Amino acid sequence: MDTALTRMTASELATLIASGEASAVEVAQAHLDRIAATEPKLHAFLHIAADKALEAARAVDARRAAGQALGPLAGVPLALKDVFTTADMPTTCGSRILGGWQPPYDATITERLRRAGIVILGKTNMDEFAMGSSTENSAFGPSRNPWDTSRVPGGSSGGSSAAVAARQAPLGIGTDTGGSIRQPAAVCGIVGVKPTYGGSSRYGVVAFASSLDTPGPLARTVLDAALLHQVMSGHDPLDSTSIDGPVPPVVEAAKDPDVSGMKVGVVAEFRGEGYQPGVLARFQEAVELLEAAGAKIIEVSCPHFRYALPVYYLIAPSECSSNLARFDAMRYGLRVGDDGTRSAEEVMSLTRAAGFGAEVKRRIMLGTYALSSGYYDAYYGKAQQVRTLISRDFEAAFCQADVLVSPATPTTAFPIGERADDPMAMYLADLCTIPSNLAGNAALSVPCGLADEDGLPVGLQIMAPVLADDRVYRVAATAEAAFTQRWGHVLADEVPELAETR
Amino acid sequence: MTETAARAAADPARPPLTPYDEAITRYDPVIGLETHVELGTVTKMFCGCPAGFGGEPNTRVCPVCLGLPGSLPVANRSAVEYTIQIGLALHCSIASWCRFARKNYFYPDMPKNFQISQYDEPLCTNGWLDVTVDDPGGADAPQLVRVEIERVHLEEDTGKSSHVGGATGRIHGADYSLVDYNRAGIPLVEIVTKPVAGTGALAPQVARAYVTELRDLIRALGVSDVRMEEGSLRCDVNLSLAPRGSARLGTRTETKNVNSLRSVERAVHYEIQRQAAVLDAGGRVIQETRHFHEESALTTSGRSKEEAQDYRYFPEPDLAPLAPSADWVERLGAGLPEFPAARRARLQAEWGLSGPDMAALRNAGALDLVAATVAAGASPADARKWWLGELSRHANETATELSALPVTPGQVARVAELVNSGALNDKLARQVLAGVIAGEGDPDEVVASRGLAVVSDEGELMAVVDEAIEANPDVAGKVRAGKVAAAGALVGAVMKATRGQADATRARELILQRLGQSG
Repeated sequence: MDTALTRMTASELATLIASGEASAVEVAQAHLDRIAATEPKLHAFLHIAADKALEAARAVDARRAAGQALGPLAGVPLALKDVFTTADMPTTCGSRILGGWQPPYDATITERLRRAGIVILGKTNMDEFAMGSSTENSAFGPSRNPWDTSRVPGGSSGGSSAAVAARQAPLGIGTDTGGSIRQPAAVCGIVGVKPTYGGSSRYGVVAFASSLDTPGPLARTVLDAALLHQVMSGHDPLDSTSIDGPVPPVVEAAKDPDVSGMKVGVVAEFRGEGYQPGVLARFQEAVELLEAAGAKIIEVSCPHFRYALPVYYLIAPSECSSNLARFDAMRYGLRVGDDGTRSAEEVMSLTRAAGFGAEVKRRIMLGTYALSSGYYDAYYGKAQQVRTLISRDFEAAFCQADVLVSPATPTTAFPIGERADDPMAMYLADLCTIPSNLAGNAALSVPCGLADEDGLPVGLQIMAPVLADDRVYRVAATAEAAFTQRWGHVLADEVPELAETR
Repeated sequence: MTETAARAAADPARPPLTPYDEAITRYDPVIGLETHVELGTVTKMFCGCPAGFGGEPNTRVCPVCLGLPGSLPVANRSAVEYTIQIGLALHCSIASWCRFARKNYFYPDMPKNFQISQYDEPLCTNGWLDVTVDDPGGADAPQLVRVEIERVHLEEDTGKSSHVGGATGRIHGADYSLVDYNRAGIPLVEIVTKPVAGTGALAPQVARAYVTELRDLIRALGVSDVRMEEGSLRCDVNLSLAPRGSARLGTRTETKNVNSLRSVERAVHYEIQRQAAVLDAGGRVIQETRHFHEESALTTSGRSKEEAQDYRYFPEPDLAPLAPSADWVERLGAGLPEFPAARRARLQAEWGLSGPDMAALRNAGALDLVAATVAAGASPADARKWWLGELSRHANETATELSALPVTPGQVARVAELVNSGALNDKLARQVLAGVIAGEGDPDEVVASRGLAVVSDEGELMAVVDEAIEANPDVAGKVRAGKVAAAGALVGAVMKATRGQADATRARELILQRLGQSG
């Protein structure tokens, strides 16, 4: 059920719909058919909202018929991570504790998508409460990588990345707390962007780690990602950490693949032991390609990046231990043991024991410990200090270079189950992406080829200073243009058909 | 140990007490007060829901104050301004940069299972409030005590639990519990004093005077209605005892549920006696939370230290830091009203009252009412007379606060005016006020409907005077013989005959004139 429509980019589809050459309903139906055909192999969605998607598509067609102006992505289908609240669909965050919960309100981003005429196909799978790098921590089973369905699609936004890579949707939205957009984008061979922290609203995004969570776009091309970035971003008075200023000119940058004269810094700390040779080889090629396109390549050192992982695993669990305290069976979601004989505290405890998965419990315990009196200064307090040092490393590096580059992940997609019982190995998947979450700057992963040893996608990470999101798009567009010239198409076009064979 | 004492010791709710006077000779009490004030903002602290008292349960709620997944707080600018104003009125330093913090603990009335509060970066620090305490014997001049303020910070209120069934109304033994989240997220200011030492036997009165002064100050600022009975002003009382003359602090207890000014005083009084008895018996005071019981004036043990919470405070990552500019703080300072203490001093001078007279007015809760009555045209003496006399009697009889009586300062001023013009005498004026309170309308309407005008027709009055003289020949004889004081009985007879509507002064003049005693 792979059709011309599902192979198109979001911008092509939007043009087609705006001109009337295809209706939004046709486009939505083509993608719903593709979902029906491929879901048995992928399990990218937790909830498919076919009726509501067609209804939204019909509304776009009606507006067009009435001669009303359409937004740049009107009628384009999208896969929304199940961490964004939706007033007309369940929101579970991949957790049993929120099984079946339907929020009474839309997230700001959900609302902006609807207003832009974007057609939400459904809610995508994720690691429980966005904690993980493989979707294996979803209470509802893992998603699979369309390049090789025995492998993970990355995580935590693995449902969205798998859906976009497999042409179930041209666009996806994820959240990136330690790499949860860039890492799945990299291992699925698509584009994933973590905007500057505060650039996209968190209102209605069920919080994992408030100071790190950043919603962002997933797409098969840099331009599509930029178009979605533009629609979903901008100041939100309901989020007091949202930046009150204009959205950086990301669409213009994505349309202007020119890096001549730009200084590109290669982060010295991101190579060596633990990095797959095929990943490093593709990364090196990408750097050479940028140099050939006119960029000046320099090497920069960010000595505190080696502490980023431990810092992250103190700050993120600390915030999550508090953010997830509200799941207590009193007002919504799962309730266990309320048989009239037990106290509220006992019901809370039984519910949380039954409702949270192992990784979530592990992080709640880590965070509770790190914030405890007597340990706070040594753990949470110290981690915040080192976080500042990491931000300073970025500042110093950005004095020398306009953007920094690294592999997005140390390895390609790993087999399902390989790291499930080894949290440390799992945490290493986010080694290169975490520093930008700690510093809050913009970062992106763009495909840079397939690793020789396993034929799986490799991502090039591009990092830019806070509020310079347009730079990551400009550099990514340059890399994409060069690769497209070499391959004749974008990398995602090589994703297998995934015919309906069970 | 006597039998009574042994029995008392066996009942944890009725521990032995050292007589207050004795306790004070051996120990120096140190008090500390934590006061919570619900701010009178239109909307809640972090969302747009209405912040007023009451409402059908769980109708003033939204995703934010219910803590629904995904919702985020946005700080209420008015609440920040009100807090800064309170800080300025308490002579505090205002932080140029500070953050909210999360206080983490599980309780069903907390929607997020953490409270957004402030921890080590309060908005206001290091201030003071002067309070005056009357000497209970009345012999010495009032004592001035400067209570130092440790901090003033801003936080959100929790929901309100009610426990249904069971004897105590508390969670233990209840059949089920209900939570009303209307209160959740109402802005709450916490004002914490430094330890107040050296007040000796006056400690209970100082505690009460402090809360009273604070209440009046906040009411004058117009930032809260500070009603203890509605919970918009709540007080926790900390108390410890140090051996007399010792510099070291004793172990403190924190008494909660102290819900009236009188209770503040009684709670301190009780804890001094209870802790003294523990120390007298060679025991150690346990650091704990205690609950005050309004009916018995006792405190009982609440959470003990074994269950002490680790709140795991950390900076609230969902909120931008507060950074009030110097300009903003200055503007807020310039807008502060006259403080109550200064206003009292001014009014006392303007009205020519003694200190004790002024104190009596304040203790009766009549100060603002008298001021408003004076503003409505009455003389200070008349205003005081009516509010402290007849109207206080009404308030006492109906067990309401003076300010809650259904009579306005304007109406009282009108009654005073009618008396001064001779249209009413005091007795009639009392009937008019009773009519106003009974809802019969304004004073003039009551006068008209009840027919209460003073009889001032000379001819009519003279006829009544003559009747009175005729009916009381003995008394008349005495007056004729020069015993002018005896005329009072005849005036009484005239007043009786006119059902109080005669002008008593004029009646007396006419009686004396008739009996040849005036010229």
